[in-house]
Amino acid sequence: MSLYASRRSANSVATTLCWVAAIFGLAWLFVILGVLLYEGVRGLSPAVFSEMTPPPGSAGGLLNAIAGSLVMTAIGVAVGTPLGMLAGTYMAEYGRYTKLTMVVRFINDILLSAPSIVVGLFVYTILVHPMGHFSAISGAVALALLVVPVVVRTTEDMLLLVPGSMREAATALGAPRAHVVGKVAYRAAKAGLITGVLLAVARVSGETAPLLFTALNNQFWSTDLAAPMASLPVVIFQFALSPYKDWQQLAWTGALLITVAVLALSIAARALSAGRRKSK
Amino acid sequence: MNAAVQATKEPPTKVSVRSLDFYYGADRSLKNISLPLRTNKVTAFIGPSGCGKSTLLRVLNRMYDLYPGQRAEGEVLLDGENILDPAIDLNALRSRVGMIFQKPTPFPMSIYENIAFGIRLYEKLSRADMDARVEGALRGAALWDEVKDKLHTSGLGLSGGQQQRLCIARSVAVQPEVILFDEPCSALDPISTAKVEELIDELTHRYTIAIVTHNMQQAVRISDYTAFMYLGELVEFGETDDVFNKPKEKRTLDYITGRFG
Repeated sequence: MSLYASRRSANSVATTLCWVAAIFGLAWLFVILGVLLYEGVRGLSPAVFSEMTPPPGSAGGLLNAIAGSLVMTAIGVAVGTPLGMLAGTYMAEYGRYTKLTMVVRFINDILLSAPSIVVGLFVYTILVHPMGHFSAISGAVALALLVVPVVVRTTEDMLLLVPGSMREAATALGAPRAHVVGKVAYRAAKAGLITGVLLAVARVSGETAPLLFTALNNQFWSTDLAAPMASLPVVIFQFALSPYKDWQQLAWTGALLITVAVLALSIAARALSAGRRKSK
Repeated sequence: MNAAVQATKEPPTKVSVRSLDFYYGADRSLKNISLPLRTNKVTAFIGPSGCGKSTLLRVLNRMYDLYPGQRAEGEVLLDGENILDPAIDLNALRSRVGMIFQKPTPFPMSIYENIAFGIRLYEKLSRADMDARVEGALRGAALWDEVKDKLHTSGLGLSGGQQQRLCIARSVAVQPEVILFDEPCSALDPISTAKVEELIDELTHRYTIAIVTHNMQQAVRISDYTAFMYLGELVEFGETDDVFNKPKEKRTLDYITGRFG
């Protein structure tokens, strides 16, 4: 009986500690979100979405930074997603048992956890330096390099979750490999694949370091991919560190916009994978 | 099996397995197997787990080719053509030799699309023709009445037994010549099992069937011929009545009477 009682008390102590740890972690998250919401919402106005980043002391918005972020993220994802999907498809479907796959997986895992500033410096060396100036396209390339490992990983993982019996069944009907992969395996893994891309978007849309070395920044509206381009993270970085009150306010608002966008993407990804589980 | 059929001479051979050896890496898991699959007859493969009966089935449509390190030696003749020949068109072979698996494997698409998937691989049909083929396949699998009002809902929403019949319909829809069943009822309840068995019985008029089963009563109920395998060897092959009522080998007798061990 005393053994049982001591187990019970040990259990409640452990449970309490778990709760405390969870609350400690979550509390900071909510404090950060709360401050961000409080500071960010104060600066929200139509001007944020309709005016360019201002010089210190005058009114302005974040339009060029929002547009720049959208453009570079879109190009980065558009370039990185097919590369990552094809590589992941090779690893899960065609070369599952080959050495090459093991090597690629290992390198991809390293790339996945590589600090993004290293990717920025790499692109600086191979693109910005030879071109002689910063450009939006090198920013997009840096983001694409960050998208690739995320998409490779999720594509491979999601395709590996598709039961082999499904592939065998399609094969047994006389379907060629490309059909088995494209019409059955992709379809079975669809929600997971989309989730992977959404997570990649969420990951790169907040990246600052790789853009600092590549796209730099631009105070003005620009759609020239060969010229420097503004982006939300870099503008936040610059404005937040400045001594000017109005710049700091815009930095808070920009941070709120990114956070809300990433949150929305994450929720969409969650909803998709929940829908997938239900249909199974 | 009906006596009139028995009285006539042996039906023609659809598939002829000759001196087949199979290796998983260095492991020899089929040893010198030779047997025929008679045209439009059901041949059952029985034997304890690991005896090689599923392996043999997976040779007949070269399914093992999907995995590295597996190889077969010997000959398997389908209408006289050696399907182990490396030059053979595997997709064409598999469209002639269908397969049903232990667990139902509906594709993540609608019931209609599940059936149409296989047909579209080799035929281009008009909408109306496709509708007719899908209906025919589902009727053939005794599933039409249960699903006709929800053809465009997911095949994953069906019960296990319905899913298995959907898979049979899908196989039949591509009009194969041989259908391989790999323990098709082991994941099903008795009622679904009875329906699938009934279905196999109907299919036998048009297709050559091979079925792997752990259920001896099932082998007796549905098969014309039975092959008893043990440790990669074919111990006994013959008409089902003979194998179960007067087996020639002691090991067969021990197995079918449950004295094996």
